[in-house]
Order: sequence, then structure tokens, then C-alpha cells
Amino acid sequence: MKLDTSGLESFVPLSAPIDDLCPDLSAPPTFDLPRSADFDGFQKDAIQMVKPAKGTTTLAFIFKEGVMVAADSRASMGGYISSQTVKKIIEINPYMIGTMAGGAADCQFWHRNLGIKCRLHELANKRRISVAGASKLLANILYSYRGMGLSVGTMIAGWDETGPGLYYVDSEGGRLKGTRFSVGSGSPYAYGVLDNGYRYDMSVEEAAELARRAIYHATFRDAASGGVASVYYVGPSGWKKLSGDDVGELHFRYYPVAPSPTEQEMAEVSPA
Amino acid sequence: MARYDRAITVFSPDGHLFQVEYALEAVRKGNAAVGVRGTDTIVLGVEKKATPKLQDSRSVRKIVSLDNHIALACAGLKADARILINRARIECQSHRLTVEDPVTVEYITRYIAGLQQKYTQSGGVRPFGLSTLIVGFDPYTGVPALYQTDPSGTFSAWKANATGRNSNSMREFLEKNYKETSGQETVKLAIRALLEVVESGGKNIEIAVMTREKGLRQLEEAEIDAIVAEIEAEKAAAEAAKKAPSKEI
Repeated sequence: MKLDTSGLESFVPLSAPIDDLCPDLSAPPTFDLPRSADFDGFQKDAIQMVKPAKGTTTLAFIFKEGVMVAADSRASMGGYISSQTVKKIIEINPYMIGTMAGGAADCQFWHRNLGIKCRLHELANKRRISVAGASKLLANILYSYRGMGLSVGTMIAGWDETGPGLYYVDSEGGRLKGTRFSVGSGSPYAYGVLDNGYRYDMSVEEAAELARRAIYHATFRDAASGGVASVYYVGPSGWKKLSGDDVGELHFRYYPVAPSPTEQEMAEVSPA
Repeated sequence: MARYDRAITVFSPDGHLFQVEYALEAVRKGNAAVGVRGTDTIVLGVEKKATPKLQDSRSVRKIVSLDNHIALACAGLKADARILINRARIECQSHRLTVEDPVTVEYITRYIAGLQQKYTQSGGVRPFGLSTLIVGFDPYTGVPALYQTDPSGTFSAWKANATGRNSNSMREFLEKNYKETSGQETVKLAIRALLEVVESGGKNIEIAVMTREKGLRQLEEAEIDAIVAEIEAEKAAAEAAKKAPSKEI
């Protein structure tokens, strides 16, 4: 079905020389349309099918002492848990880390590539690159691959001359500066705990505990998140891994099991 | 589309790149330019040839700014300069866009020098016929810097330097008389160096002063005349002191 766009016709010269510089303007401009009822929205389903869901929970926030970054460690393929021990916090250089959400290969490769670019910048300019600059480099690269199927939802956290820096960068080419981010399928749950407990002036231990609890609660409710809750801290002297706790153990730490009276009775009776 | 595969700048048997050396000759014929770095001020000065009566002198600015904190003066082929300056200005903005930070003086000097070098190693092109003096303040540390590039693509940092016509005499003068200066003293030093080779007077000299706070400022002819008068007075006083017999032994 060809749409008639003769109404859009512009003025046509009487003589129509046909060569590279002056294409024939006498025919009305037309273009093919897809053969379906809904030719505005038929592509949306196709895009949704290939758009990989980012099954993970990662979070990062800036507070008085620096940046706290935490993530789970589960990789899932649909309903199958392919790994419980994935490193989702990637070390770009001694003072900058990135989180992984989306395609594992994409995140790992492009973070490593970003590390290379940051080092080259240091060597050429005799000064470290800022977190703003590093995140912009990554965002520009991802933008140039926009629409080609990369799936990256990452947070770049670091400490530079201007202090702590936190940027969210994704494969759509978006880049946001902020103080609190959570990325992944478990992020709504993490945001609930994080936003509730957040205060700017926390100590490092308090902030680490908040991050740990937020990841734990996300893994509790979200099927695609689980494994180990890793917590990293980025301060003036660089990043440091603070803890890596199995979320199953965290559950019993937060909600210890007290034996009910009936269970206690049965335990006493059974040997007899 | 014709592809240029013949290089113009090729080595001579004894290791010279004659095209580059000829370009340096072109620089030596260009008007004199001087740059002096002080502790808080950097001064660029250029010789201004007599403007024809009908020419609008404001359209021939020889000292240009590349960004808010970087300025450039050059000696040599002015048409080549225009191209190089445009590319440098674009690079300054491109850097701001990609890393969200202004360029350092060293970065933009490296870029301009790299561009000049590329044209000594490409097919079908000749080198740029100009040497540049690039000045500015480091946007992070506030340290003033003065760099010079030449047609071969080399660059280095200087406390004070001169290029163009009679640059050797100016450099000799600067070597003899350079000391760490600030503010108006730096301006005077630059003008004194220029006056060694240029006819004295405000209409033969163009001076621009760069400070950390105010950026680049072109001095008015009247201001330059006033400073020149000061310098001449100082010179006359020094001469008189020399001639007068010294009474203390």
C-alpha cells in the first residue's frame, strides 16, 4: 500500500535534468508502508522482544564520607539461575568503580575499555580524569552504538578533585548525575529501603549497613536477584571492598528464628 | 576524487626536511611577536605594520583568544593562521563537551603542534607557515603558561619567547633582562623587548594582557603610548645616571 503524498509536492521545474546533482522531482515523493493494521506501533513489540531485562539489583549513593556502592551476584536466564557468584561491581581504576546491569559481556567489555581510555587520558594529560569526564566518555561510546542491541545499565562511582562523583549511564545513551541510584529488576525494592533510611551524614559503617539491607530486601522479593550482597566504599584514597555476605545468611541475621512453643515441645518428646 | 599520494615534504640526503625549513624562513619574514610569562599576568605583543589609510584596523587582530582562558599570537602566514586557529577553537569546545572540563594550555598546544606535524607527513599538502605563541592559565591550578609551536610540530614551554622578524635580538634581550615579574612589570618587559626591533609608538605595537580573573584584554593605543613613554623616560634616566660621574667609590 503506497501512501499518496502528492499533497506534499513542492514546485516542480518544467525541464527535469536527471543526474546526481539534480534528481528527478516530477514524481511525487512516496515511501512504502508496512502491511499491517497498526503501522505506527508494530515495531514496539519487536523491540520489546529483543530488549533484555536487566535481572539484577545494584545501587549506589553519595553521602558525607564518599560513595557507597552495592550489588547482588545472581545471573539468570529466564527462570534458570545460571550463576550465584557474578562480580557485578567492576573496578575501572583504583579510584573509580562501575556497576553491572544488563548484558554481562557488554558491561565487562565496555568498563574495561573505559579503564583503558582513563589511563590514556592520565598519561597524555598528566592528571586523572574526572568522574564526569569518564562517565561522559562511556555515554558517548554507548550512544554511538544506540539501537544495535547493547544492554548496559551502569553507575560510575568515583572520587576526583571535586569530591565524590556518581553518574548513571545506560545503553540508550542517557547519562544522569545524581546522589542516589538503583538499577535493575530489584531496584524498586532497593529504592524503598534506601530512600527510607538515607541520611547525608552517615558514617561509613551506617551507610554500608543501609546498602547491605537494601540489596538484601531486593533479593528477598525479586526472583532475578540473589547470591551475595557485595558492598564497596569509594573514598578520597580510592575504593575498598567492605563486605560480601550471602543473602540467605543475611536473612536470618535480620529476622532470627525463635523456636515456637509447639516446636520446642515436639523436640523434647521425640527422643522418648 | 583525486587522491594525493605524492608527499611534498620528503627527506633530503642529509636528513633535512627542506619544506619545514623553508616554512621556518616564512616565519622569519613574518612580523615580530613576543610573549612573556609573569607570576599572575601573561603578556603577548605583536608588531603592527603601518595600516593603510583606508583599511579598517579593527579587522586585523593579530592576538586572538581560543577560549576564555587561552590566547594565541603568531608569526608567519596569516592565512594559514586562520585555519589553525579555527581548528583549535573547535577542539577547545569539543574537549569541554566530551570531558566537561576546559582544556589546559598544554593540551591545546599539543593539539596545534600535532596538527602542524600532520601536515609535514601527509600527501599533497605543505606545512603551515607559522609559529605560534600560546598563553593561558591552567583552569585547575591557575598556573600561567606560555608555549611555542613551530612548523615542524615541536612545542615547548617558555618563560619568555619571541618569534618572527628579528626574534633573535628580542630573545637575547629577554635572556639578559628576564626576571620574575607581575602585573604592569610584565607588560613593560614585553614592550621593552618589542621596542628593541620595532619603531617606538603605540600604533606599531599591539599588546594583549591575560589575567586569571579578567581573561584577555587588548590594550588601547593610548595605554600603550603611555607605557612606552614611561619606558623611554626610564631609559633616559638610566643613560643620565651612567654619564654622571659616580661620586661614591
